[in-house]
Amino acid sequence: MTESNQINSSRRQLIIRGAKAAASIAAAVGVARWLYDPKGPEAKTAPDPFFGEAKGLPDFSVPRKDGQVISIVKGENRAKTVNKAIELLGGIERFINPGDIVVIKPNVGFATPPILGATTHPDVITAVVKLCYARKAKKVIVTDNSINDPASCFTISGISKAASAAGAEVIMPRESYFSPLTLEGGSLIKDWPIYCAPFAKANKLIGIAPLKNHHRSAASMIMKNWYGLLGGRRNVFHQDINNIIAELAVLVKPTLVILDGTVTMMTNGPTGGSVSDLKKTNTMIASCDMVAADAFGSSMLNLRPADLPYLAIAEKAGVGTVDYESLKPLRTEVT
Amino acid sequence: MKITTVRRINQLFFFALFVWFCIVTTVGEKFWQIRNWPINWILQLDPLVALGTIISTRKFYGPLHCALGVVILTIIFGRFFCGWICPFGAIHQFVGYLGNRRKKLADKIRLNAYRKAQCIKYLVLIFFLGMAAFPSLASTLQTGLLDPIPLVTRSFQLVLLPIFDRGTYLTSVNARYYEFGWLILAVFAAAILLNLVIPRFYCRFICPTGAFLGIISRFSIWRIGKIKSKGIECKMCEKACEGGCEPNGNIKIAECVLCFNCRDGCQHHHIAYKTVPSLAGETQVDISRRGVVLSFVSGVLAAPAIRLSGKVASNWYTGVVRPPGALAEPEFLKRCLKCGQCMRVCPTNVIQPAGIEGGLEGLWTPILNNRIGSSGCQLNCVACGQVCPTSAIRPITLDEKRGLGVFESAGPIKLGTAFVDQGRCLPWAMDKPCIVCQENCPVSPKAIFTKDVFTTVRDGVVSIKQVTGSTIEIDRDIPADKFATGDYYVLFEDGSRCKISSNTATSVGISEGKLPASAGKIEIQVRLQKPCVDIEKCIGCGVCEHECPVSGRRAIRITAEGETRITDRRLLL
Repeated sequence: MTESNQINSSRRQLIIRGAKAAASIAAAVGVARWLYDPKGPEAKTAPDPFFGEAKGLPDFSVPRKDGQVISIVKGENRAKTVNKAIELLGGIERFINPGDIVVIKPNVGFATPPILGATTHPDVITAVVKLCYARKAKKVIVTDNSINDPASCFTISGISKAASAAGAEVIMPRESYFSPLTLEGGSLIKDWPIYCAPFAKANKLIGIAPLKNHHRSAASMIMKNWYGLLGGRRNVFHQDINNIIAELAVLVKPTLVILDGTVTMMTNGPTGGSVSDLKKTNTMIASCDMVAADAFGSSMLNLRPADLPYLAIAEKAGVGTVDYESLKPLRTEVT
Repeated sequence: MKITTVRRINQLFFFALFVWFCIVTTVGEKFWQIRNWPINWILQLDPLVALGTIISTRKFYGPLHCALGVVILTIIFGRFFCGWICPFGAIHQFVGYLGNRRKKLADKIRLNAYRKAQCIKYLVLIFFLGMAAFPSLASTLQTGLLDPIPLVTRSFQLVLLPIFDRGTYLTSVNARYYEFGWLILAVFAAAILLNLVIPRFYCRFICPTGAFLGIISRFSIWRIGKIKSKGIECKMCEKACEGGCEPNGNIKIAECVLCFNCRDGCQHHHIAYKTVPSLAGETQVDISRRGVVLSFVSGVLAAPAIRLSGKVASNWYTGVVRPPGALAEPEFLKRCLKCGQCMRVCPTNVIQPAGIEGGLEGLWTPILNNRIGSSGCQLNCVACGQVCPTSAIRPITLDEKRGLGVFESAGPIKLGTAFVDQGRCLPWAMDKPCIVCQENCPVSPKAIFTKDVFTTVRDGVVSIKQVTGSTIEIDRDIPADKFATGDYYVLFEDGSRCKISSNTATSVGISEGKLPASAGKIEIQVRLQKPCVDIEKCIGCGVCEHECPVSGRRAIRITAEGETRITDRRLLL
C-alpha cells in the first residue's frame, strides 16, 4: 500500500467511524428526548394514587316492566322453580338475546359442598346456563372471586362441574383481572381493584346467590354477593359493611338476579358447615330489583327489612324498592 | 504540563468535589452544610444511573440529564469518565499506585496486562440491565449495588464519614448509626484492597458503568493507539496502563480509560491519542454471544426469582417503613440506587440502609428505624425527598407531607401506623402512669389519645384505723411517700375519690374533698391514662416509638400498615 492509499484508507475509516459515532449520539439524544421526564413521578392531590385511572362497569340491565319485577316460586326442585320464576318475569327472551355473552356470578365463596348451602347450588347454575344456551347465547361465563382458594371452591361447590357440563366457561380470578375503579358519588369504592376483566366483553350479567345468615351484615343474599367483585384487601370494608354492600349494589347493574331460598342458612353464616344450620324453605326468587329480592329474602331469615340497613341505603340511592309487595310479586308453586 | 499531570489534577479535583458534596449533605445552618450545593451532581453524571432508570422506568428523569453529556463525550472521546472523573476510579488508581510502586518493571507490566476475565464487567452490566428490563416479570433496579458512584457515595456517607466523625464530630453533633454499615464497608474495603492484587481491579473486572462506557466508546473519534506498526518492544507503555488494555499490541479499545500513562511513558513517542486507530491493531469488546445471552437471561429470570419471596406482594415485611414521599414499592424498587443520600441527609438519622427484610432486592434501600437516631421522622422535614437523585423518594413539599393546601383532600402522607403493645405498655400492663407517646405525638389534634381509668394498686385495699384531720391512719404498712406523687387516689366506700397528697408507712393524707367516716375500708388507686392510637390521625412518624421509655422492644411501634403510598395497605376506608 502506498502512503497516499494508507492516508485515504484511514480517512475513509475515520469518516465511517465518525458517521457511526454521530448516529450513536443521535440515537442517545433521541432516546433521551423521547423518554425525557422533567418532573418525575407526580404529586397526587387526591387519595389513593396506586391503582391508576378509574373505569366503570357496564350497565347490564334490561328495561323495566311494571308488574314483572319480581317473582316468587315455591317448590323443592331448583331446576323447575328457577325456570318458572324466570318464565313469570317474561321468560329468558326478555333477558337474553341470541349472540349475547352472559356472565353468571354465583356465590362461590367457600370450599364447601353444595349440601351445606354456603355456595350457590350447582342445580341453579345448570338450569340458568341451559336457558341461556337455549336462547342461543354465544357464550356463558361463570366466575367469582372466592374467599377460600378459588380452585377448591369451584371444585368442591360442584359449580365448576355443573357449569362446564352445561357448556359454560369457568373463569378463575387472577390478579391481572382486577382494575381500579371509582364509584362516582360513593365514599368507599375509590380507586379500588374490582374484578372487571370477565365482564369486559359480556353484555349480560346474572347474579345467583344462596340465602344465608351473615354475622356482620345479618344476611347475605343478592347484594352481598357482589362483594365477590372486590379485589385487594377487601375485608377493610367490613368496618362499614352496610355502606359497602349498598355501594356495590349501585355499582353493579345486573340483567337479572336469582335468590335461591330452596334451603336457607339460618345460623352460623355465611360459612355454615353443618346441615343443622339449614332450613328447608322451598322458595326461588327471580328479580330485576335486587333490593326487593333481598327485602323479601330477609323475611325468610325471620328478619325485617329494617334489620338490614343496606336495603334502605340502596333504596335511597335508587337501586330498588324495599317494599317488595308494592311491586306485586308474581307468585306460584311448582311440584 | 504533561497530560497525565492534567489528568491527576482533574481526578483530584473531582475527588475533592465528591468528598465536599458528601460533607455538605448534612442539614444545618453552616455554609458547609446543605446550602443548595449540587450534592447529587456526580451521581447525576453517572451514565449507568441514567441508563438503569431509563430501562426500569421507561423514563429519563430530568435531573439526570448531565449523564447524556457524559454519554455523548464518551462516544466521541472514549472512557474519559473512568480515568478523569470517577472518584472511585481515582481512589483505585491511587491505591493501586501505592500498592505496586515498588514492584519491578516486569511485574508492573505483567500486572497491567489484559486479562480475559475483564469481560466479567460486561456480564455484570448485562445481568443488572436484564433484571430491570421487564416490568411484566418484575423489574428491579440493582445496578446501585455495584455502580461505582452510588457505591462510593454510600461508602463515604454511611461508613467513612460517620467513622471519621466518631471522635471529631466535624459533620454531625452526635455519632451517626447505620445498620448494615459493616456490609457496606466490607464491600468498599474489598474493592479497595483488591488493588493490591491487581491495580484498578474493580474497574477492570467488575465495574458495570465502565462496561457501559466501554461499549459506547466503540466508535470514538479519538483513540489511544500506536502510530508505528512496528516498534521497539520495550513495553514501557504498559507498565502503568490503568485499563489493562495493552496499548503496545492489539489494543483492547473498550478497556482504555484514557489515563495517558502509555503516551507519557513511551520514550519513543510511538503512542498517540489520534483519530487514527492503532497501527498495531485494535480489538473491540471481548465477550462471547453465549456470555451475553446467558447473563441477560439470568438477569431477566433473577428478578422474578427474587420476587418469589413475596416480599413485594402479600408477604411484605411490616418493618419496611419507607421515608415520606417514597413511591409505591414496585416503583420505588425501579428507582432506588441505594446511594445513601437520604440516609446521610436525614437530620435525625432515622433513615437506615435496610438488610434483606424487604426482600433481597431491598438491600441498602432506605427504611426507618425509630430506635436509631434522635427523634423519628420530623413533622416539618422533607430533606430525604429533596436529595433523592432518582425520585424514588419524591421531592415532596411540606404541604404534601402534611396534607395542607391543595393536598387537603389527599390527607397527610402516612408512613405507617403506630400500634400499642398493651402487654409492654406501662399504663396498660404495669399500672404505671406514663403517656410519653401521647405527649410527643406531633400531630394536631394528637393521634394518640388516652383512656383514663382508676385502678386499685396491688394490696391497695386497706382498713381505716382512725381519721385525724385530713390524714387517714390505716391498719397496714404501705411504702412511705410512694403514693404522694399526684397520681394516686383514695377510693372511699361511697364511691368518691380524693387525691393522696402525702403518705407515711401507716397513713395517707388527702388534700381536698370531704373526709370519710372514721371506719371501713379504702382503696388506694392509681390514675392511669392508657394510650390509644387514632388511626385516622396517625401518620406513622415514629416519634412516639422513639420516645417510648420501654427502651428495647418498644411498647408502641410503627409498622407499615396504613401507609399511604400503597393503597392496598390501607387500614381505613
